[in-house]
Amino acid sequence: MSKTNQHDIELNLMDEVFAQYGEEKGALIPVLQKAQALYGYLPPEVLQHISRRMKIPVSKVYGVATFYAQFYLERRGRHVLRLCDGTACHVKGTPILLTALEDHYHLQPGETTEDNELTVEIVYCLGSCALAPVAVFDGTVMGRMKQKTLLNTIKKRTDLK
Amino acid sequence: MQQALVHDLAERRTLAQTRWQAKTQADVYITVGMGTCGIAAGANDALKGIQRELEARGIRAEISEVGCVGMCSYEPMVEIQARGRERINYGNVTTRQVKEIFRHYFDGGALRKAVIVGQVMPTTTESHSHVLHSLSFRSIDAGEQIPFQSKQLRIVLSNCGLIDPESIDDYLAVDGYSALEKALLEMTPEEVIEEVLNSGLRGRGGGGFPTGLKWRFARATPSWPKYVICNADEGDPGAFMDRSVLEGDPHSVIEGMIIAGYAIGAEYGYIYARAEYPLAIRRLQIAIEQARELGLLGKDIMGSGFNFELQIKEGAGAFVCGEETALMNSIMGERGQPWPRPPYPAVSGVWNKPSNVNNVKSYAYTPRILRLGADWFKSLGTENSPGTAVFALTGQTQRTGLIEVPMGITLREIIFDVGGGVPNGKQFKAVQTGGPLGGCLPDAYLDTPVDFDSLRAAGAVMGSGGMIVADESTCMVEFAKYFMRFVVDESCGKCPPCRIGSTRMLEILERITAGEGTMSDLDEIKRLARGMQLGSLCALGQLAPSPVLSVIRHFEDEFVAHIENKECPAHVCQNLITYRVIPDLCTGCMVCARNCAVQAISGEKLQVHEIDPEICVRCGLCYAVCNFDAIEIISPR
Repeated sequence: MSKTNQHDIELNLMDEVFAQYGEEKGALIPVLQKAQALYGYLPPEVLQHISRRMKIPVSKVYGVATFYAQFYLERRGRHVLRLCDGTACHVKGTPILLTALEDHYHLQPGETTEDNELTVEIVYCLGSCALAPVAVFDGTVMGRMKQKTLLNTIKKRTDLK
Repeated sequence: MQQALVHDLAERRTLAQTRWQAKTQADVYITVGMGTCGIAAGANDALKGIQRELEARGIRAEISEVGCVGMCSYEPMVEIQARGRERINYGNVTTRQVKEIFRHYFDGGALRKAVIVGQVMPTTTESHSHVLHSLSFRSIDAGEQIPFQSKQLRIVLSNCGLIDPESIDDYLAVDGYSALEKALLEMTPEEVIEEVLNSGLRGRGGGGFPTGLKWRFARATPSWPKYVICNADEGDPGAFMDRSVLEGDPHSVIEGMIIAGYAIGAEYGYIYARAEYPLAIRRLQIAIEQARELGLLGKDIMGSGFNFELQIKEGAGAFVCGEETALMNSIMGERGQPWPRPPYPAVSGVWNKPSNVNNVKSYAYTPRILRLGADWFKSLGTENSPGTAVFALTGQTQRTGLIEVPMGITLREIIFDVGGGVPNGKQFKAVQTGGPLGGCLPDAYLDTPVDFDSLRAAGAVMGSGGMIVADESTCMVEFAKYFMRFVVDESCGKCPPCRIGSTRMLEILERITAGEGTMSDLDEIKRLARGMQLGSLCALGQLAPSPVLSVIRHFEDEFVAHIENKECPAHVCQNLITYRVIPDLCTGCMVCARNCAVQAISGEKLQVHEIDPEICVRCGLCYAVCNFDAIEIISPR
């Protein structure tokens, strides 16, 4: 879902973000969040750009970007499946869902299919435990997920077979 | 100046109350539960369906989008009240069920998929000439409170499901911001602290430190500026209490924070919220803007001369940021790593200035305590843990959801009376509180009263409110391993006892669940645990061994079974189980063979099938799809 490819990153998209946060103390995290919303992930060029504009060493920008789970330094798939492995979901069957993904698509959590179609991620608790196990496909929360429904959803909504 | 501003607020409140009356006593009043769970279950579509149905029937109705009443298993939930008639709460109202509940309420038709949750009764508690409004649910026939509600006492959740969280008028109508008015105009900061201290309120983030004392320390530090920080980084898996408060009643948290600011002498506040809670953040943003518009945030609030501003800081996905020093580092745009205490935040916190960090619920209790009085709050719960406890009850219970119960209630009452016990005829095995830093208790401890001190003595903790019930199908060793993996993922990496200790411990647990453990591994776990407890920088590392230790303490037999017999008694650990077809039950329907991802199942149609254990990956799909219960799990292999 990134709006650019690796060779064509429009850094001036960030100008508005710097205008908004320019003077604020400790604004690095919100700036990274906005940057990720713009580009879909945080490519090295953007990290360097932020470092220059905010006068923060690039090592520190990189350090913060790699510390938090929410930031992606690599491009993600066109579709993102997030499986909750919070306690309730774990008890109610997320491991079985993961096994199914591994078996069918050779996907481990955090990986993207080779054709860039689907990324699978683990999240810890979306706070909807009564609906466990919970999957989020491209932002749609789906509760009481079963192996079959999950595989059907992937078949229906992606180009994967 | 002062008179005018207070007068303005009073006028607005009167107006809000009139509107509230008109709304709740309209010809038809409908509420839809719009928490994250409700929306996930389809509340948005249900709302559209309701609007269509009202149009079709030519009914004019007031529709209110409210927070979550806590009965997640019934979502989406809709309440209907026609003037002069009972107010009925319907559950499982997806868009298809909308017509059904309208027919039921207005035409006496039958319900098919929707259910009646109960009759909703507005309730009030009065003390010191202030009123706490709330809701209770009674069963239609018996008139008694429905079981899920019977032991509950809603204080901090009183507005959740009652008011529209996006309307400051609704909050004003139920006495909102009157505690702030009282604090600013009638009390000195010291008196506010005294009142909170007298109420005995203990920090609801899990630590249980007296809130009033924390405020006193922050006030006593002679440095300026000071900061008020709300820890809304609710990261424990299985816990969603704070999310519900923020989504259902954001103004109460804001009011509590302004009061805290006045008490400690701070003019600025941060709410540090998890990025995973977008709806809570949006509602907070709306509430902050509304409060600013009415002059409840900003300069010279109510003409008292007191200034206060609030800002939301969105987290970026790090469990450790629930630890207060890590949280403050994150606010400052740093990696969310903790620093050693002392200095405590009350002395040197964010931007090296005195900071007061409290949990969402601690702030939300404060306005209620100031309104109804410290003596009222102290009369609830137990002597050393006054008030109520909020739990997200999840896992293997009949009824799950968000509950608020008086402190001192037993675990048994929560799990069996409120939660309805374990479903599907299975046996209760353990209850886990406090998430990855807590512990689990077996049935022998079910009569333990729920309060900060009793739970700690039993080897569990109050935590911030996650309560997960496990039945006999849960493997406790695997459960402990799961929590340890969580800690390995979430350890910030700053101090070695936590970073390396948790990794080594996970390796041992993986060995044991793979059937390769030895009895000396248990001693090694205990040795590592001591190192982590004594040597880690923050609570994450210090408490990370707790789940494993509590399993060793209460379920040692399961560890022994895994180690000595290579057996997983709960039939969970993949390396210790095998799947087998029960010949007498197999009808040869081929469903399992068709579904098997690795073609491990052979057999002709109408012939008994066979699973090849060499090919089988133990995914359990055949077990799940078999319509005749003809597949069994055997352990040891």
